[in-house]
Amino acid sequence: MRGVVKLLAAVAVIGAGVGLWITAPDRVDPERFSTLTGDAARGETIFTAAGCASCHHEPKAEDKLILTGGMAFPSDFGTFYAPNISPDPDQGIGGWSVEDLANAVTRGVSPKGQHYYPAFPYTSYAKMKDQDLVDLHAYLQTIPASATPSKPHDVGFPFNIRRSLGGWKFLFFSEDWVTEANAEQERGRYLVEALAHCAECHTPRNALGGLDKSRWMAGAPNPSGQGTIPALTPDKLDWSAEDIAYYLESGFTPDYDSVGGHMAEVVDNFAKLSAEDRIAVAAYVKALTAP
Amino acid sequence: MTKTFATLAALAVLTASAAVAEVPQEVKARQGQFRIMAINLGILGGMAKGAVEYDAAKAQAAADSLVAVSMIDQAALWPEGSDNMAIDGTRAQPNIWENMDDFAASWAAFGEGAKAMQAAAGTGREALGPNMGKIGGSCKGCHDSYRAPQ
Repeated sequence: MRGVVKLLAAVAVIGAGVGLWITAPDRVDPERFSTLTGDAARGETIFTAAGCASCHHEPKAEDKLILTGGMAFPSDFGTFYAPNISPDPDQGIGGWSVEDLANAVTRGVSPKGQHYYPAFPYTSYAKMKDQDLVDLHAYLQTIPASATPSKPHDVGFPFNIRRSLGGWKFLFFSEDWVTEANAEQERGRYLVEALAHCAECHTPRNALGGLDKSRWMAGAPNPSGQGTIPALTPDKLDWSAEDIAYYLESGFTPDYDSVGGHMAEVVDNFAKLSAEDRIAVAAYVKALTAP
Repeated sequence: MTKTFATLAALAVLTASAAVAEVPQEVKARQGQFRIMAINLGILGGMAKGAVEYDAAKAQAAADSLVAVSMIDQAALWPEGSDNMAIDGTRAQPNIWENMDDFAASWAAFGEGAKAMQAAAGTGREALGPNMGKIGGSCKGCHDSYRAPQ
């Protein structure tokens, strides 16, 4: 009997240990950035391709470079509000080092070691290149500061226990690419799967909010409740590569309807990128397979 | 008994006709003007992309048509109660009627873009792209705020 109790206690200790280990925040190795120097001009392109402003600008603001946050993201787990990521040292991220930014963007971990909710698409940004992170960090210092505090998320029990997000990450966080790419396809894949984080809306999610990779880009209900996010797979989208590239540049569909909803912000970003980048994204979309 | 059946049948007919209620004329009209816009933007966009050979006269006619659409008074086409919460067959969101001034300004922005296109369309293919961008921006600006996703 005493043996059984001892065994159970040992199992409990190991179980708790594994639980703590699984849910502990995983940080980047700071050595990765020690020899790199940031270029703010290049960082601006990363910022645009990653669509940072599209979610972090103040809702309804004319100037989309004042990243006060406040945009609401309703979900099955509660409503998330984009935080202030302007360079204000107190309310924004002005005091962050490159490592802090890299931990936030590619690991979903705050400087204090808290998990971020995956409404912030770090599962996509996880694949960002080191130089791009350093350049992004340099650029983020150059935009206007805003002293408005971030709005707290409106998330109920049990989802308000941030530590549990460690378990979510254990199940769904991966740095692996979803599709195969040759040298020519790499840029398109980097833009779609990492920076522009297209799958976050265009791929359906399972009951726990993880992306269903077996239905990659197959379309999904709009998390804001109204309508659906269209599929990009060839069984549903019959646009040519030229049509897709032109849509990303001009916002016009092949029958000259115009882009709407949050995608209008995405097109604003793509319009500022190079024609080569838009063609690369179009090639990625055309290479998708039906689920 | 026969009377009951007749009443039920009449009710069924009434219910059915209510379900497939006609889209109001105003809604049909405003959707029609957007289709005219799309067709003419298609002519200009095809030339801008290089998918269709540039033709100064056709480009000018398309741009003129856009200006003509932009001059249709919108007041009559957006009656109260013609939003997507009130009726089927439209994606117009109720916030249009809460922000009528901004909505009218969005339409005016399309008019500005159409006039710029009208001034440039006959001068050569190169002028089309930037002007398409300007008009597209006005479409996006309005759809972003006031049109429900599909």
